[in-house]
Amino acid sequence: MDLLEYQGKQLFRSHGVPTPDGRPAQTTEEAVEAGEELGYPVVVKAQVLIGGRGKAGGIKVANDREEAREHADAILGMDIRGFAVHELYIEKASQIAEEYYAAILLDRGAKQPMAMLSRMGGMDVEEIAERDPKAIARVHIDPLVGFQDFHGRRLAFEAGIAADVIRPVGAMLARLYDAFVGEDAMLVEVNPLLVTEAREVVALDAKVTVDANALYKHPETAQMRNSGGEDEQEQMAREHGLTYVKLDGNVGILGNGAGLVMSTLDVVAQAGGRPANFLDAGGGSRAEAIVDAVEVILSDPKVDAVLFNIFGGITRCDEVARGLVTAFGQIDVTVPFVVRLDGTNDQEGRQILADANLDGVHVEKTMLGAAARVVELAGDGETPSVTETGEHPAPVGAGTADTGAASQADVSGTDAAGAEAAGGGATPPEPTR
Amino acid sequence: MSVLVGADTKLVISGLTGREGTFHGMNNRRYGTDLVAGVTPGKGGQDVEGVPIFDTVHDAVAETGANTSMVFVPPRFAADSILEAADAGIELVVCITEGIPAHDMLRVYTHLRRGQTKLIGPNCPGVLSPGKANVGIIPAHFFSQGGVGLVSRSGTLTYQIGNELAGRGFGNSTIVGIGGDPIVGSSFIDVIAQFEDDPETELIVMCGEIGGDEEERTADYIAEHVSKPVVAYIAGFTAPPGKTMGHAGAIVSGSSGTAQAKAEALEAQGVRVGRTPTEVAEVAAELSGAAA
Ligand SMILES: Nc1ncnc2c1ncn2[C@@H]1O[C@H](COP(=O)(O)OP(=O)(O)O)[C@@H](O)[C@H]1O
Ligand SMILES: [Mg+2]
Repeated sequence: MDLLEYQGKQLFRSHGVPTPDGRPAQTTEEAVEAGEELGYPVVVKAQVLIGGRGKAGGIKVANDREEAREHADAILGMDIRGFAVHELYIEKASQIAEEYYAAILLDRGAKQPMAMLSRMGGMDVEEIAERDPKAIARVHIDPLVGFQDFHGRRLAFEAGIAADVIRPVGAMLARLYDAFVGEDAMLVEVNPLLVTEAREVVALDAKVTVDANALYKHPETAQMRNSGGEDEQEQMAREHGLTYVKLDGNVGILGNGAGLVMSTLDVVAQAGGRPANFLDAGGGSRAEAIVDAVEVILSDPKVDAVLFNIFGGITRCDEVARGLVTAFGQIDVTVPFVVRLDGTNDQEGRQILADANLDGVHVEKTMLGAAARVVELAGDGETPSVTETGEHPAPVGAGTADTGAASQADVSGTDAAGAEAAGGGATPPEPTR
Repeated sequence: MSVLVGADTKLVISGLTGREGTFHGMNNRRYGTDLVAGVTPGKGGQDVEGVPIFDTVHDAVAETGANTSMVFVPPRFAADSILEAADAGIELVVCITEGIPAHDMLRVYTHLRRGQTKLIGPNCPGVLSPGKANVGIIPAHFFSQGGVGLVSRSGTLTYQIGNELAGRGFGNSTIVGIGGDPIVGSSFIDVIAQFEDDPETELIVMCGEIGGDEEERTADYIAEHVSKPVVAYIAGFTAPPGKTMGHAGAIVSGSSGTAQAKAEALEAQGVRVGRTPTEVAEVAAELSGAAA
């Protein structure tokens, strides 16, 4: 789960990471009030879950009340690469001498935390890596030993930062590591890590991704969930406890188990279709979950046809069929459904569907047959995009929505954000519920 | 022979007294797995359908000689249960639980790697050696004994692919679900190394997905160390960057962890990659025909 800058800084401060003084603001009035309290100059900063706000005009210095009002007015409601600005952070302006880059993240490959430091702050880390790969110093940290002073020294010397700030930067890294572990973060990134003209070291920006699976340990952080970037269907699915990801096509998809659903999206794309969503109804999907899932999928107006791809293991095909029949009784369904039921109780499931004789429900025996059928039924959808060169959209990450909106934590070669909610995957691990 | 579980497995289940634990534990026992004990603190002395319950894994090991543990407890207790099993001298821990915090797993992983205990999972369906033992939640009736070693990050996708393989007459030596989390106890490489040494395994099928770089590492490993034919499948070609696709570990971060990169890395090392589960079985048939 990604946090906004000011939320990240709140966690930083609780672990002793120095940050400029600031106040969140939801309205222009609150922004001006914050400016008065802090004393000018202040910086008016858009709070959205995407980086590069500075370049997009979402960060402006205000030297007086009038400017604070002007900037707050302009930035509130602004759209930054698809993210609407609903909140501001008003922060004391710092006198910048140097801008560095620092981050701590979970290096999945090494299965260890990794700390990074660079002299070249202010730009994103992939840009640094491109300009000068040697400009990023990296160390791995043994999670059973923790961050030691020598880690800080190694990073500082290798990154070649100014000699007079080697100690305070090392100390900041140690505290960032405390925050990383203490808050169960997958990523803490400080870009820029600032050295002021007075040679103070402060975190000027904060990008924090926390592990959704660890929120039970951090009830206050759990309250920080931001629905920004989450659309209507994603929000609805989350409230129903379903694992759903919105895509940009017209073929609605439901399956059981994350791997099978991913595979289903792929075969639909290979058959020339465009998936509208990822929806994992989970292991042991019950009838009610199926009803909720149908509701979520159909609430997306782009959906022209729906594919159910179930391979019953713990999930029983008869339960799924019953759920579908119930859903058809409760919801006015106007698009065709293709249903493939295989595995546990598949014959019973198919019998239930045959008996119910639902309008527009087509039963297919195989996954590939079902994919071909649903693509045929869905047609082209309303998007007239014909930019694809081949006759089939290649089964590449190409058929996807928002490449431009990739997370600002695009840390090369690592996974900065592997933590978002995994709920309802293939297994029901809560035996005591 | 088989890998990880088999006739020598003596199983203790942490969480056997829970509803899911009982259901799957009894399934495993009916399959023929030697289920010797359950562990639930405070319920020592009770039994579940004749299986004795102990307060600690240490007691269970001392009394029954258990050598394998299955962890079936809620996420907040799971790391502790794994560590307890390791401390009690268990050789193999299979952790089914989904939703364990990544930092907990980081510590568990680091600790276990320094000792003798192997871990499969978490967030996995378990390990099945058809005809011998089933430790986990894999529906055993889809699988029969045979020569394919199957290793996968996903549960249901494994059933799908196993079923496609069965349709072409293949059985399995062992099916190993290594789990869908970013930090899991055993990697593709760990399991494939065992398949390579296992005389019963003739062909290896690995089933990967987006996120991380295990598949890429495995590609290099296979090129250097594996003589048996390997067929791969990768799920998630259509996954957008920055979105977690159901499994905590299934996420494309920026440009890293894509299905395309994984498939290319495997193919560059001569591993055939099926584009659909059906094609995986076709390629397997082709390769086993060629090997025979
Ligand atoms: N409190 C501040 N005082 C002075 N300059 C600031 C302050 N906060 C941000 N800036 C300037 O704005 C730039 C962008 O801000 P940052 O918080 O990193 O947002 P983003 O990374 O989204 O562009 C910084 O590199 C810095 O130059
Ligand atoms: Mg920044």
